[in-house]
Amino acid sequence: MTSRTAAPLTRRRSRLMALLGAEVNAGDLVFRGVAALFAITIVLVLGAMAIQMWVAARPSIAHSGWRFIVGRDWDPVRDSFGALPFIYGTLVSSLLALGIAVPVSLGVAVFLTELAPPWLRSPVSFLVELLAAVPSVIYGLWGIFALAPFLRNHLEPFLGKTLGFLPLFQGPHQGFGMLAGGIILAIMITPTISSVSREVLRAVPETLREGALALGCTRWEALRHTILPYARSGIVGAIILGLGRALGETMAITMVIGNRADISASLFAPGYTMASVIANEFTEATGDIYLGALAEIGLLLFAVTLILNVVARLLVWRVGRAPEGARG
Amino acid sequence: MISRRNLVSALVCLPLTASVGCSKPEGAGPGPSGSSGGTAPAQAGTVSLVGAGATFPYPLYSKWISEYNKANPGVQINYQSIGSGGGIRQISAGTVDFGASDAPMTADEVQKAPAKLHHVPTTLGAVVITYNVPELGAPLKLSADAVSGVFLGTIKKWNDPKIAEGNPGAKLPDKDIAVVYRSDGSGTTAVFTDYLAKVSTEYKDKVGAGKSVKWPVGLGAKGNEGVTGQVKTTPFTIGYVELAYAKQNKLPIAQLRNKAGQFVEPTAQTITAAAAGVEVGDDLTASLTDPAGEKAYPISSFTYLLVYEDAKDKTKGQALAKFLWWALHDGQKHAAELDYAPLPDALITKTEARIRSLRSGNDKLLPGG
Repeated sequence: MTSRTAAPLTRRRSRLMALLGAEVNAGDLVFRGVAALFAITIVLVLGAMAIQMWVAARPSIAHSGWRFIVGRDWDPVRDSFGALPFIYGTLVSSLLALGIAVPVSLGVAVFLTELAPPWLRSPVSFLVELLAAVPSVIYGLWGIFALAPFLRNHLEPFLGKTLGFLPLFQGPHQGFGMLAGGIILAIMITPTISSVSREVLRAVPETLREGALALGCTRWEALRHTILPYARSGIVGAIILGLGRALGETMAITMVIGNRADISASLFAPGYTMASVIANEFTEATGDIYLGALAEIGLLLFAVTLILNVVARLLVWRVGRAPEGARG
Repeated sequence: MISRRNLVSALVCLPLTASVGCSKPEGAGPGPSGSSGGTAPAQAGTVSLVGAGATFPYPLYSKWISEYNKANPGVQINYQSIGSGGGIRQISAGTVDFGASDAPMTADEVQKAPAKLHHVPTTLGAVVITYNVPELGAPLKLSADAVSGVFLGTIKKWNDPKIAEGNPGAKLPDKDIAVVYRSDGSGTTAVFTDYLAKVSTEYKDKVGAGKSVKWPVGLGAKGNEGVTGQVKTTPFTIGYVELAYAKQNKLPIAQLRNKAGQFVEPTAQTITAAAAGVEVGDDLTASLTDPAGEKAYPISSFTYLLVYEDAKDKTKGQALAKFLWWALHDGQKHAAELDYAPLPDALITKTEARIRSLRSGNDKLLPGG
């Protein structure tokens, strides 16, 4: 391709090629331009959102300062804004959801890739992924009319009786609360985690599996010592994607978590999340400081989600590179 | 300041359909055009008005809009029920032709609006107390003390003497009261807390009135449907919802003791009676809670449309003024059908004068105004 005849021309071409990374072609140029435009648009939208939220949050940042993040009092009537209960509620409900969803999702993924007979694989994965298509308001209504009464009448009394010595399971049985929120979120993030982990497990080379079995490993040992370690970082990526979804979920959790800006050790007690308070209060909020406080919560949530997404990206990128490293 | 307001209204607009919520009113120029009175007529003889605001009167407004459109096919009105706060922000930013709010604008908000805004009261609504006590046959009767005590958390049991006192002979269980409040900011909460702050100084000092408050007890549920869902599925709960919502869903509704000492059921008559007994200020706004009348239901409120006195676009201004006039007269009869209450006659006369004062530049919008 490269010619050494006309030096200046070559240099110009090679510089252009270096810039574009390929031979110059009108169609490619247009395609490149359009694709780059789309990519830049996403970056601009993200930047614009962050800047707008920051501008909107400024009155609150000036009003509350650091007390905003460490304060526990949220009282719009008195312009007292502390977001700690919302941060706490978001993290606890999301972690609770992960605690329930991760074992279930991994079980689903391992079953579907390693154990299930082939005729069963597609119907079960289809059903699991169907969970992701259910609108969150439906989950919320199901939470109000089915899950919360079940928790109040059966699960919470049972937990209180058996594990009531732990502060986690004390207090009145109300149905609505952190436990209900965590369970709803767990159901909502299971399809995300299980389908991504299934793909990751599928990407494990067949040779590894066969090698482990040939060495005399049982199915469980092959899974435990060969397949899961190989897929580990990809599975972590799947979990973090699920966590991202749990952090941002609004409608369903608002309908069951009890919406009370308290920090309580008990999972039976009501809580509140960052996304929920924005959804609940933004439409009717008036006054620069109040609106600013809600925007600042948005900014905090944005930051947490962004960090988690970056981490997830890095992990997914690592698992993509792993086979080469393993071979080399 | 302007940019911040635009930003906020842009945020509010995000979830709306792009075609209606955020579109600048057609024909209304960016500046104060039309002050000369020589604006271009709207295309094809139809006028389209865009409004946004309170969710509470939405069922009535949508009924009005469809009825009005049947009688006046040339006028298209689009109302987005995005909440009172959003309505105030949008009318202040000039992105809609009229706003709507349950609570009157605060002095601060009035000052921030770019031009003189008028409140036009359109109808009356009430907030009712609903409950779930399986043992009770007859409607629960509550005094103001009992209501404020329950929502303050000082009355903890259903068989508390303060509740029993209003319900002689009723079987009240020895169970904890579970309070359910609205978690989303709402005019309903504003009216209810306004009432509680009037009847209880302890409540006023501890909590205060507002669209979102820090409730001392209970669980928060989103929207009327959320409160209803929790109250219906959980025994021994108590909550508050709009009258229209409670009636249509056949919820148990408590009778409340008013200032005159009578237990009153919320109906169109008792709500209109509450409004009739209250002196309405020059801006046509008033708080109707805890009124004096013998037959007055104690927790009710006006809901308002917000319009600029000086319309930028004369054609639109005229269409809006005519719609307001229609709502004030023909529209009132639809109120009771939908469990709102009609405005009292004295207020209608006052509001007529206010609608006649609307103008575009130096021209009155209604003939004879």
